[in-house]
Amino acid sequence: MAEIIKRSKPLAVNPLKASQPLGAALAFLGLKNSIPMLHGSQGCTAFGKVFFVRHFREPIPLQTTAMDQVSTVMSADENVIEGLRVICEKNAPDVIGLPTTGLSETQGVDIKRLVREFREQHPQFAATAVVPVNTPDYSGCLESGFALALEAIVDAMVPPSSMAGRRRKQVNVLCASMLTPGDTEAIKEWIESFGLRPVLLPDIGDSLDGHLVDAETTPLTLGGTPRNEIASMGESAATLVIGRSLHKAADLLQERTGVPDHRFDHLLGLDACDAFTLALAEISGQPVPARIDRQRAQLQDAMVDTHFMTGFLRVALAADPDLLFALGQFFAGVGAEIVAAVSPTRAEVLGEMPAASVRIGDLDDLERGALAHLAQLVVSNSHAAPAAQRLQIPLLRAGFPQYDRVGGYTRTWVGYRGARQALFDVANLFLENHHDTPAHRSIFWTGTARDSEVRPAPGTGLVGH
Amino acid sequence: MKATEIAELLNEPACVHNKKEKSGCAKTKPGATAGGCSFDGAQIALLPIADVAHIVHGPISCAGSSWDNRGTRSSGPTLYRIGMTTDLTEQDIIMGRGEKRLFHAIKQAIDDYRPAAVFLYSTCVPALIGDDIEAVAKAAAEQWGTPVIPVDCAGFYGTKNLGNRIAGEAMFRHVIGRREPEPVPESAQRPGITVHDVNLIGEYNIAGEFWHVAPLFDELGLRIIGSLSGDARFHEVQTMHCAEASMVVCAKALLNVARKLEGDYGVPFFEGSFYGISDTSQAFRDFARLLGDAALAARTEAMIGREEAKIRAELAPWAERLKGKRVLLYTGGVKSWSVVSALQDLGMTVVATGTNKSTEEDKARIREIMGDDARMITDGSPKALLQAFKDYRADILIAGGRNLYTALKARIPFLDINQEREFGYAGYAGMLELVRQLALTLEAPVWDKVRKPAPWASQKAAGEPLTMAQAD
Repeated sequence: MAEIIKRSKPLAVNPLKASQPLGAALAFLGLKNSIPMLHGSQGCTAFGKVFFVRHFREPIPLQTTAMDQVSTVMSADENVIEGLRVICEKNAPDVIGLPTTGLSETQGVDIKRLVREFREQHPQFAATAVVPVNTPDYSGCLESGFALALEAIVDAMVPPSSMAGRRRKQVNVLCASMLTPGDTEAIKEWIESFGLRPVLLPDIGDSLDGHLVDAETTPLTLGGTPRNEIASMGESAATLVIGRSLHKAADLLQERTGVPDHRFDHLLGLDACDAFTLALAEISGQPVPARIDRQRAQLQDAMVDTHFMTGFLRVALAADPDLLFALGQFFAGVGAEIVAAVSPTRAEVLGEMPAASVRIGDLDDLERGALAHLAQLVVSNSHAAPAAQRLQIPLLRAGFPQYDRVGGYTRTWVGYRGARQALFDVANLFLENHHDTPAHRSIFWTGTARDSEVRPAPGTGLVGH
Repeated sequence: MKATEIAELLNEPACVHNKKEKSGCAKTKPGATAGGCSFDGAQIALLPIADVAHIVHGPISCAGSSWDNRGTRSSGPTLYRIGMTTDLTEQDIIMGRGEKRLFHAIKQAIDDYRPAAVFLYSTCVPALIGDDIEAVAKAAAEQWGTPVIPVDCAGFYGTKNLGNRIAGEAMFRHVIGRREPEPVPESAQRPGITVHDVNLIGEYNIAGEFWHVAPLFDELGLRIIGSLSGDARFHEVQTMHCAEASMVVCAKALLNVARKLEGDYGVPFFEGSFYGISDTSQAFRDFARLLGDAALAARTEAMIGREEAKIRAELAPWAERLKGKRVLLYTGGVKSWSVVSALQDLGMTVVATGTNKSTEEDKARIREIMGDDARMITDGSPKALLQAFKDYRADILIAGGRNLYTALKARIPFLDINQEREFGYAGYAGMLELVRQLALTLEAPVWDKVRKPAPWASQKAAGEPLTMAQAD
């Protein structure tokens, strides 16, 4: 449907893209007692840490193999083995994620061989799973790095089995990077309301939701998918896959375990929620609980109430492909018009975007597109705030990073209630920024009593419609 | 960059770290390293130059996770906040098209933004594949007539600190000494006041905090002709060699610039700080001393007398509330003693301070200020910090943003004093913001509530039925 417009500028201005190693690290942060270690220079990790700390407002466990000049030129193999040894010795994690970076990939590391060598040299640390994954930052984006890590986690931690369905009530959920901690919580409740027991992979809602615990310091993740649950995924009754970016990981899981899967591009908006609810009813053999019917009816009511504000609303979107597509369908589904859509990288799903075109680019492209098509609303991450300010239109924050709002990281988008709240928020942004037709002041009023009237200052925001 | 050049930068002769028992900048350890890389350090040092297009040459990681994340403020242009990167692709790297992309990227930046200059930051991947950014910079500057400054700061060269020095070196080699300052405007000439030109080095105008101090420079007739790099402009940095004195603010990192300005151009410098009343006053006194102007010295004393009296009166009600509160301070090197004096100005007790990055000289200074029973902490791990917090019965942890969540997760009051913070504490007026923030966290009613177990938790632990507990 949509034409994909390739990147044509030599310089990326106001980047939209976050890197693959960050995405991979995020996936590992959703596993229990885990820590990612990026194979690169210390800056790769330091920047990544700041990125996630500002977004989640949480301490983030993240380590580095600390490549320096000598190891960069000679060989950094020893750094990997030494780094793994140090972390195992100090913290005995259940899982160490080992994403590579542009630096180590350009150098030409064989990361899987290094993990084998680590096993041979240090058999005493066999209890720690080590998951290597190739994630150079010169290709892909946060979403693809996350997906690659998930594939690597399935590969390393789900043993081949032919016991699909042994745990009749257990369902696997593969969660893409677009899902927030609030989303994963909502998905769990949704599934549990059908009497099923969800195993989310990864479960960043359990580890990065922000909750105080008795332990004062924790060098590893607090919460997340436990290692033994990942190992049991082959015995589940079904797998729910949320996000097109996870299809390769889903293929691998299915091939390895034979657990049948149901795939969803996203869970935003009425149609997507209906499809998911129907699948849960089928898997569980249970009727749809009355409260879900009620929530659905509430969403429908909100759709009716807000359609005056969402109809013909000109929206400019910028996000990683899965989220971009989800937002596109959500907005198109309530009568809005996607006048600009920007993705940091290519992905198959973008071709189906309900927009005339999708540009592979940056926030500068978003700003230009929004300006050219008189957008009334921008939906993107916090970095788009200055652009929205220049355009004098509101910004609804979605995606990574969100550092200028408290709690944005955990906003619930999915489900009937999430969609209802999103509609309310969009409608309110419109109402706050809506301005009446400017008054006409007639030439014949000069010198009359009207001329000396006290009148309100002209509006500053400029949401035309 | 050659290994010998890196070694030379690490061996900064004016840095006391290199004279005392600690040797230069520490080496990194796989699996147990915290802190940024040289690219990070170079950007911290130079990004505040507001009218420059800062282009990061590399794949997305370096700019993608770091652009527009610093608290520095500009009084004018906001070009420094526009994130720019060549965002190298796999094809660029394999086919060696990085230099070409960079060359065209410079043109795009010049065409779209008309910057005063373009800074190129090289990162790990281009350094590894051998992109020659110096050559690209030279060719681009010749082609388009805008200065293009290469900063060779690949992350794997080393730490943030080294990156600061690389940045300073780049400024010294390519920027400073290229222009004379503008004449002092007639309207700024006042009878009896000789205007002196000065530099600030290592002041980043975090959260606009330098603006607390800047009016006093105007008042005294001290014109800041160049700053590295808070609220700086490219053309001003070019004139820094013409200053009569430099102040190195609160950091050892850009000492190389101050030392070379002294060596090559005879600009004397001193190290000082704008944190706390006494240190702020001392900084102005040091300027007057270096400039050797008796009238300035007299005006400085009068200004100090007036400002100190004013701020002490304003602080009095706050000091009453903060008096006797016990502070655990954990921050690097030189900042330790400068913050200690600010807190003592308020009647607070600093029970211990981190000295991980401090030199023997810093430690001696701390002992001088805090007395011989000053406790110094070298282990900065979250666990050790919290243990120290308990051992010394502290009321608040003051540290860098990295330890923010160490404190919050342990439910203890915290004040951030590093460069990502949102509030400016510099100068006399900054002290008011500091006390406000201190009181705000110390007196917050949330601490008791978040330390309180759920009403049903203890009874449950004791094995009693919930209903009985509720009956109480």
